[in-house]
Amino acid sequence: MNSSHTVRAADVGDIIIRTSGLARIYATGRTQVRALDGVDVTIRKGEFVAIMGASGSGKSTLMNILGCLDKPTAGSYELDSIRVDQLDKNQLADIRNQRIGFVFQSFNLLSRTLAIDNVELPLLYDRSGRKIDSRKAAAEALVRVGLEDRMDHVPNELSGGEQQRVAIARALVGQPSIILADEPTGNLDSRTSVDVIRLFQDLNDQGITVLIVTHESDIALYCKRILRMRDGKVIADEPVLNRRIARDDLERLPDLDVQDITEVAL
Amino acid sequence: MKVSVLTKVAAESILKNKLRTLLTMLGIIIGVGAVILMVAIGQGAQGQIRTQIDNLGTNLLVIAPGSSNQGGVSRGAGSLNRLTVDDVEKLEREAMLLSGVSPIIATGSQVIGGQGNWHTRINGVSTDYALIRDWETTNGTFFDENDERAARRVAVLGQTVAEQLFPDSDPVGEQIQLRNVPFQIIGVLEPKGQSAEGDDQDDVILAPYTTVQTRLSGRSFIPQILASTFSPDEIPSAQAEIRLIMRESHELAEWEEDDFTVRNQADLADAAQDTTQVMTLLLSAIAGISLVVGGIGIMNIMLVSVTERTREIGVRLAIGARSSDVLTQFLVESVVMSAIGGLLGVALGFGGARLLGQFTGWSTTISPTTVIIALLFSGAIGIFFGFYPARQASSLDPIEALRYE
Repeated sequence: MNSSHTVRAADVGDIIIRTSGLARIYATGRTQVRALDGVDVTIRKGEFVAIMGASGSGKSTLMNILGCLDKPTAGSYELDSIRVDQLDKNQLADIRNQRIGFVFQSFNLLSRTLAIDNVELPLLYDRSGRKIDSRKAAAEALVRVGLEDRMDHVPNELSGGEQQRVAIARALVGQPSIILADEPTGNLDSRTSVDVIRLFQDLNDQGITVLIVTHESDIALYCKRILRMRDGKVIADEPVLNRRIARDDLERLPDLDVQDITEVAL
Repeated sequence: MKVSVLTKVAAESILKNKLRTLLTMLGIIIGVGAVILMVAIGQGAQGQIRTQIDNLGTNLLVIAPGSSNQGGVSRGAGSLNRLTVDDVEKLEREAMLLSGVSPIIATGSQVIGGQGNWHTRINGVSTDYALIRDWETTNGTFFDENDERAARRVAVLGQTVAEQLFPDSDPVGEQIQLRNVPFQIIGVLEPKGQSAEGDDQDDVILAPYTTVQTRLSGRSFIPQILASTFSPDEIPSAQAEIRLIMRESHELAEWEEDDFTVRNQADLADAAQDTTQVMTLLLSAIAGISLVVGGIGIMNIMLVSVTERTREIGVRLAIGARSSDVLTQFLVESVVMSAIGGLLGVALGFGGARLLGQFTGWSTTISPTTVIIALLFSGAIGIFFGFYPARQASSLDPIEALRYE
């Protein structure tokens, strides 16, 4: 294992994610597929990390394990100093609920369910006993992503960019330690993609840790740090030089419809 | 998740597919409705039979021929008829506890007279019959012992027969023809209404049994003897007395079984009750089967729903729902569906029973117990048939579920 894969601390903050020797092996018939093969990653609070790699590189597997949807075959994974690789199914569900916010490529909102109800959903499964007015928290999260006037709309009535914003609000609502976004711009046109990235950058500026899986290098350039994967290994871990700022790019984009862009409430 | 949230989620998803939900619930609605209706009809019939039997008189005893038994093979009731006029006379003479004894020789015939003709039942009875059945005449008189002894051709008409043959005039004193034998009408009976079996008791002509035996039926054996006691309390002892007299009359040795049976109203009521009870049970079993079929419909739709909502389940699991949360969600959904179906089914059963009562005149009874049992049963069906689909949903792998197209 290469020690150079450990973090280059651009921001010095508390360690949120630390994996060591993380491996995930799928047994398919006689052959074994090593989807992850010894991954050491450390992510600190306030970071904005892109995981890049071709399909089959293991980035989705890593995402699933970091998101506590899957368990590693070997190695250790600490989230907020909790050894999550040793937890049972219900404890993992609670970790997902309280410490992780998911954003998916295809938004994955409940259809025919109001935006505010979609955002409120994670809080309904919250067993932590945190005393939260779930309705108010959901409304606040929607304000935070700039959808205060879209709360009572169902996903069908929203544009793709707006749906992804609802999904981001849903990820935010439980005040997670980290937001994991799996190809969050994969289903969006380029301008809307930049718009969603701008939201991630704004949230990151507010101190929220974001991890994005993407295969688009121009999207990765908006992040602060890039982990490149191939064959289940992290082959490069580098800070982004000349980081792009989505807010500036949006102004420069041609045929920009200004009214279509919602200001992010800070 | 809190119960209120669970119910809300279930209600939302049920309302999202209104037509499908309605069709699914229809199975339960019809099932519960059928159970309620069938039990209502059964219990109504039981109640009706009870009141009708009570109306017949509580101190009535029926002596009927027994069964012959040869080499252990029973030939069934009535296979050996040894009831005779001698038995009747012996009972009349010796029985202390009986207020009246009358044979019943029933035959049917076309009646000609008055303004037309009519087919009716002719009962040959003794003068005691009026007393036993507590049946008075409205016009004229009942025949007396002289008529009986002389086998006179006199007849007393039931209300229905009187109305059919003599709609506009008083039949008393008129003549009728029974199988070409002329009879003189000496009285008309007061109306009695329906019997327990639903026959019109007024559709009858009474004549002295001696006359019927000699002029009409020609048989010396008597199919049935009716007797009454002075009070209902004396029924058991009267039954024993009849048995003694009858055995003596038939000269039965000690080792021989009775060649007759003595039944009282309670026995008759029990028999009738048993029949309707079996009927009720049978009908509700069939209705119950339709309820189970409704449950299978729910299971089917829930399985479809779980497949359709695989991604939704994936999302819920990803954002922190435990397997048990998903299980409960789908279970609540199927229980809510079957419970609402059950409630609508109860309404349907009530409505159906009322309509049926209005159109057929059957009496129906819906007891709270039936309703509660039907509701509990439909809830149980929701749990039973909802469990498998719910477990399917809760055992989904979140990654697989999220990837499902």
